[in-house]
Amino acid sequence: MDTLLTIKETREGLIAKKFSAVELVDEYLGRINKNTELNAFLTISDEVAYSEAKEIDKLLETNIERDQYPLLGSVVAHKDLFLTKGVRTTAASKVLESFVPEYSATVVERDKKAGAIMIGKTNCDAWAHGASGENSDFGPTLNPWNKEYVPGGSSSGSAVSVAAGLSLIATGTDTGGSVRQPANFCGVVGLKPTYGAVSRYGVVAMASSLDSIGCFGHTVSDVETIFNITKGEDGFDSTVKNVETQKPKDRLKIGIPKEYFSEGIDREVEKSVMEAVKVFRSNGIEIVDVTLPNTKYAISVYYIVQPAEVSSNLGRYDGIRYGNGRNAFGAEAKRRIMLGTFVLSAGYYDAYYLKAQKVRSKMIGDFDEAFKKVDALIAPVSPTGAFKLGEKASDPLKMYLADIYTASANLVGIPGLAIPSGFNSLGLPLGFQLMGPRFSEDTLFALGKMYQEVTDYKPKLAII
Amino acid sequence: MATLTKADVLHVAKLAKLDIGEGEIKKYTEQLSSIVDYFSELGEVDTKNIEPTSQTTGLENVFRQDEVKEENCLSQDAATSGTGKLYNGYFKVKAILTERTDK
Repeated sequence: MDTLLTIKETREGLIAKKFSAVELVDEYLGRINKNTELNAFLTISDEVAYSEAKEIDKLLETNIERDQYPLLGSVVAHKDLFLTKGVRTTAASKVLESFVPEYSATVVERDKKAGAIMIGKTNCDAWAHGASGENSDFGPTLNPWNKEYVPGGSSSGSAVSVAAGLSLIATGTDTGGSVRQPANFCGVVGLKPTYGAVSRYGVVAMASSLDSIGCFGHTVSDVETIFNITKGEDGFDSTVKNVETQKPKDRLKIGIPKEYFSEGIDREVEKSVMEAVKVFRSNGIEIVDVTLPNTKYAISVYYIVQPAEVSSNLGRYDGIRYGNGRNAFGAEAKRRIMLGTFVLSAGYYDAYYLKAQKVRSKMIGDFDEAFKKVDALIAPVSPTGAFKLGEKASDPLKMYLADIYTASANLVGIPGLAIPSGFNSLGLPLGFQLMGPRFSEDTLFALGKMYQEVTDYKPKLAII
Repeated sequence: MATLTKADVLHVAKLAKLDIGEGEIKKYTEQLSSIVDYFSELGEVDTKNIEPTSQTTGLENVFRQDEVKEENCLSQDAATSGTGKLYNGYFKVKAILTERTDK
């Protein structure tokens, strides 16, 4: 079987009977079993996959309304933060080592209803705490382009699964960059939607005012398809709002925020973003400079607000109703719980938490100003390409600083789309991100598709 | 430099119901101090008359009817399936009260 890289190829192949859905599952499971060294999966749901595949093969025998199944036969891997009924869900933490949920997340249900086949649950930083995948209680995931490097985090296994062809698409969560940064390190497309665009129901909560439910694919068009299936109200998450698809403006303007090209950015990363800028400019997109003056405070604000919310959300794990007790928390979870408890504690609340919430308002003001002038922003995803395993593991602050270009979008609540753009001199992926005003996903998709079209982007797998 | 003392770390661990060992106390005292010290940069931001942001949805008061919908409920068996520590269908918890000794 030829390696499939898009939802469209998969659908068309199934409909033309080039292969069956069961054969697709054989193929992906074969690739997963050949690449266990990557440690991308925590649970492989082969029984579920074969039963869903058989359903699809049955459907294909009938005159089905094919439009009802936009993900027909697309093999999906879910980050192990997404509850999957009857299939173990650990959040990559020993606390939930043997937890089997009684219901599935909205996104899991919607993907399934659209015809996707669930192949398994992917590794990640435990509770989504990390920017390298190394904080998993079940061992780190390796970057498929070079196994000495991290794949990024926290949605490490999901990004690796797509990059290495272990699944066609994958889900992820992005609280401070956890979809965009691993997408960037692994050379795939990753979407962090607007806060409130996609339901968080049934997804283990990290930081409730920041958590966005995203996805990975090889092309912008595929990520757009997944977004359109998963977005919108479900009656279970009251932050979700239905927003109609909006046709992007005819003439678009992109801003370059100068603060995202500051000291510490790798030359190759900077150069690759500027090359993408050139592509847009030569396609009639007006490029202007903008300023987001409070960008430098993003890490401080993020690492106050986020651990505060983490400490509250992880308070429920007491080992009484499900899971193991609090002694099972790993080092990073304990660190964030304590940091969050500290910034919320009597005597420190005003100086840290309240102050951070106010600076957060100023950051929102910066972006509002910028979006009066431009339709989208272009920026690097991370100051560097993938770094070596162990390089930042012993210094939490250094690891936190890896979120410098991604955390703002979460604090402000706007969408971000990470797009691959080539490779650095070490053979590791490079890319950029587009950010836009709240609910401007359609504009980001239009720009992303334009970029992939004019550069004649051909996705390729990290492992053949 | 903002620093956390060993006592601060023990206090925070107690509030968060975390048991931390001697080695961890030292490690977390150093690490949390350096992180909190980094936050001191926020002191230079003028936030006079700025309202704090706790959420970004712009939504207010999302209402629904207060109705029980069967399909949205777990059965008792399903809801308690995550633990092996049940007594007559109830979760077993550690005693939080002790027997009176002054009787």
